[in-house]
Amino acid sequence: MAKFTAKPNDLLKINYNPPQTDWMDTPVEIREHMYCHPSKKKDLDTVGFPNGRDWRVADEDWKLPANWEQTILEGMQALLKKYRSFSVFMDICVRCGACADKCHFFIGTGDPKNMPVLRAELLRSVYRGNFTLAGKILKKIAGARDLTVNVLKEWWYYFYQCTECRRCSVFCPYGIDQAEITMMGRELTNLLGLQIGWSGGPIAACYMKGNHLGLEPHTVKSCIDLFSEDIETITGIKIEPSFNRKGAEILFVTPSGDLFANPGTYTAMGYLMLFHELGLDYTWSTYASEGGNFGFFSTNEMAKRLNAKIYAEAKRLGVKWILGGECGHMWRVLHQYMDTWNGPADFLQEPVSPITGTKFENAKSTKMVHISEFTADLIKNGKLKLDKSRNDHLKVTYHDSCNPARGMGMLEEPRYVIKNVCKNFYEMPENTIREKTFCCGSGSGINASENMELRMRGGLPRANAVKFVHDKYGVNMLACVCAIDRATLSAANEYWVPEVGVTGVTELVANALVMKGEKERTLDIRLEPLPGKEGSEEVS
Amino acid sequence: MKTLFPLFAVITLIVLVVAGVQYANMQFLFGVIIPYLAVATFVAGLIYRVMKWASSPVPFRIPTTCGQELSLPWIKQDKLESPSGTLGVIGRMALEVLLFRSLFRNIKLDMREGPRIAYGSDKWLWLSGLAFHWSFLIILIRHFRLFAIQLPYPIHVIESLDSFLQIGVPMLYITDVVILAAVTYLFIRRITNPLVRYISLPADYFPLFLILAVAGSGVLMRYFTKVDVVGVKQLTMGLISFRPVVPQGIGIIFYIHLFLISVLFAYFPFSKLVHMAGVFLSPTRNMANNNRMVRHVNPWDYPVHVHTYEEYENDFREKMKSVGIPVEKE
Ligand code: SF4
Ligand code: SF4
Repeated sequence: MAKFTAKPNDLLKINYNPPQTDWMDTPVEIREHMYCHPSKKKDLDTVGFPNGRDWRVADEDWKLPANWEQTILEGMQALLKKYRSFSVFMDICVRCGACADKCHFFIGTGDPKNMPVLRAELLRSVYRGNFTLAGKILKKIAGARDLTVNVLKEWWYYFYQCTECRRCSVFCPYGIDQAEITMMGRELTNLLGLQIGWSGGPIAACYMKGNHLGLEPHTVKSCIDLFSEDIETITGIKIEPSFNRKGAEILFVTPSGDLFANPGTYTAMGYLMLFHELGLDYTWSTYASEGGNFGFFSTNEMAKRLNAKIYAEAKRLGVKWILGGECGHMWRVLHQYMDTWNGPADFLQEPVSPITGTKFENAKSTKMVHISEFTADLIKNGKLKLDKSRNDHLKVTYHDSCNPARGMGMLEEPRYVIKNVCKNFYEMPENTIREKTFCCGSGSGINASENMELRMRGGLPRANAVKFVHDKYGVNMLACVCAIDRATLSAANEYWVPEVGVTGVTELVANALVMKGEKERTLDIRLEPLPGKEGSEEVS
Repeated sequence: MKTLFPLFAVITLIVLVVAGVQYANMQFLFGVIIPYLAVATFVAGLIYRVMKWASSPVPFRIPTTCGQELSLPWIKQDKLESPSGTLGVIGRMALEVLLFRSLFRNIKLDMREGPRIAYGSDKWLWLSGLAFHWSFLIILIRHFRLFAIQLPYPIHVIESLDSFLQIGVPMLYITDVVILAAVTYLFIRRITNPLVRYISLPADYFPLFLILAVAGSGVLMRYFTKVDVVGVKQLTMGLISFRPVVPQGIGIIFYIHLFLISVLFAYFPFSKLVHMAGVFLSPTRNMANNNRMVRHVNPWDYPVHVHTYEEYENDFREKMKSVGIPVEKE
């Protein structure tokens, strides 16, 4: 595959007028830089996914297993029986088009099959043709079609061009959620071993080693030890976090991405500093060393299998409750699925902040609290000493990650935290934030490098709103509570608005946090000189 | 093709009823048997559809949250867009069903030079949708007068409100104008908006034409080609009391109207029109966002294979010990 070299202007020639031919008569054109490579056989085998094999997307022959049509149709039947959402959503769309221009992939590509409604029709047409009387008799007139290899390829192409962000669902008068339909579509493609590598690899790694990156226990520890050294350089304070420690009060779980790559690592340092300052009785786990869940982007069962480690580890270590770091899809899973899959967590206690005594009533069953909820409560109760001015050089905006916004409803907590640690905060335009927020363009396991054009196109609506506040207010930093965002928006900003960096909310907190016994800070969390403080030592 | 087929279908229906009543004298078929069958199909079909949906469980609680969750006591929860209890869910559903809350959010993409992506307000779909559905409902209620010996008071009130402009004889019902305008707008929107036209199926045009024809024939009957009102009432009272009678000389336009309504009723459960019932079963709207407070149970949950801590420690025991990470088995 040739390297992706297109310049932003090349991508901006977007044509929103659909082609002359009807969509059913327009065969899918699988384009380079718009799709991810297939999953390796060994990764699928590791977790027991069926039909692992070596195949290439660009090849005509995908080496589909014999009887694949039957596998898909039986799979569909089973899903219709298992999920009311799927069954209802297949029947009630009126094609009003309210969702049509709400998808970031449609906005960025102009490809009509990226309209959520049409993405759904790709599957719905086969549903009609095989599961409804009208479709069986009237065929195309009823909007029905047969399942063919080309239809399957089209499904695959477009179900991995949906980041399951749920923005379409907000605007649909019946709440039809294309994310849910994409999840069903991906369940089906998984039956045929059509997983993408960027999900398949992390899933296998997470299953065997505890985290998506495949960090082994000693490496998890050494990553965190390295952060501790940097923290000592910045603050003069030595931090010694614990791992797999029995009897700790709190288990802390966060996505492994933050242990490895900038700028996520700075957020991880932020956690360490915050917890140290509070004297929190907590532990990291190397076994449950992943908050995220790429299984969620393959099958429901896989997601449950990966998620099981969190409660299992909490039980083994005998902690009282669980605190979760910043991550988007991780919180959709924890908020809407974990308790159902692997609960009831009756071996844990209802979460109470040991610092403020606040009971987190909203988490009394699942027993897992979001770091922004936890931090907002600390600030509200005056438990943190904060020097806002250390963030004065930043003009910050906040990106609501899809899942905390639309699958959880956590909108105010991070904003409250940011406003308490930063002087300069500016919101992006109203139609691009909160429940209407735009995806980073690379969620749901498609943040690979070979599909960079797709990612940049999908990231355009978000980046464009960032550019708006950059031009208007001089915003130079985008804060978020998502590890995937920290990686993907760094790339999208670099492409569309290179002037704006990306940070986790907890990094901002740590930068402002005045710690007991710290030396005068001249460096920020990124070990870069703190503006306004560099020269202070010489001057005084 | 996508528009022509449904258009011809509706025209064929009209030809069919005209031929049947005018030339073949099948008043009893079109005036009694088909209406009965249509209502029976409507009821049975709707029950079947709802039962079918309801027979699939809701394994996970997946509301699409459109507002602030319930969290810390000093953070204001959005009780309607992110309800945490039954009352809030009822409120959210009421807003959705009665006022089309989500359509009200609608915005329109506007890609400008720069690029500067803007999102303009676009309330026309919401307005026409609301106008259409409400006038349809009011007209339907008005028709109950045909099935009552004495005009019930609520219907009287609705009728007088609906004709408050007091124009013409018989007095003009506002809903008659509104429904024709709204459906016409929805049709024009469907063929002129390139995106909406692209996603449209024959099954989207057919109900539009059918409803237009139903409303059109009704309007014709009331304001232009008069029918024998006494005869109509005799027929409808006969239907409702299960002692059907077919008075002579009612006028063909009435039979057209009645037949098209019958088709609409019978078609309803087997088409996208079931969204009327389906919206109540949509899990992204009808569930409370209390996920971490109250455990949701999945009826088909089953145990799965996991990679246990024991297996994990077996894989990495030496490495763990070498960096001082505690292990279960030394
Ligand atoms: S908004 Fe909903 S009903 Fe309208 S086209 Fe989209 S999915 Fe269908
Ligand atoms: S869930 Fe998001 S990515 Fe998928 S179709 Fe809807 S808006 Fe597009």
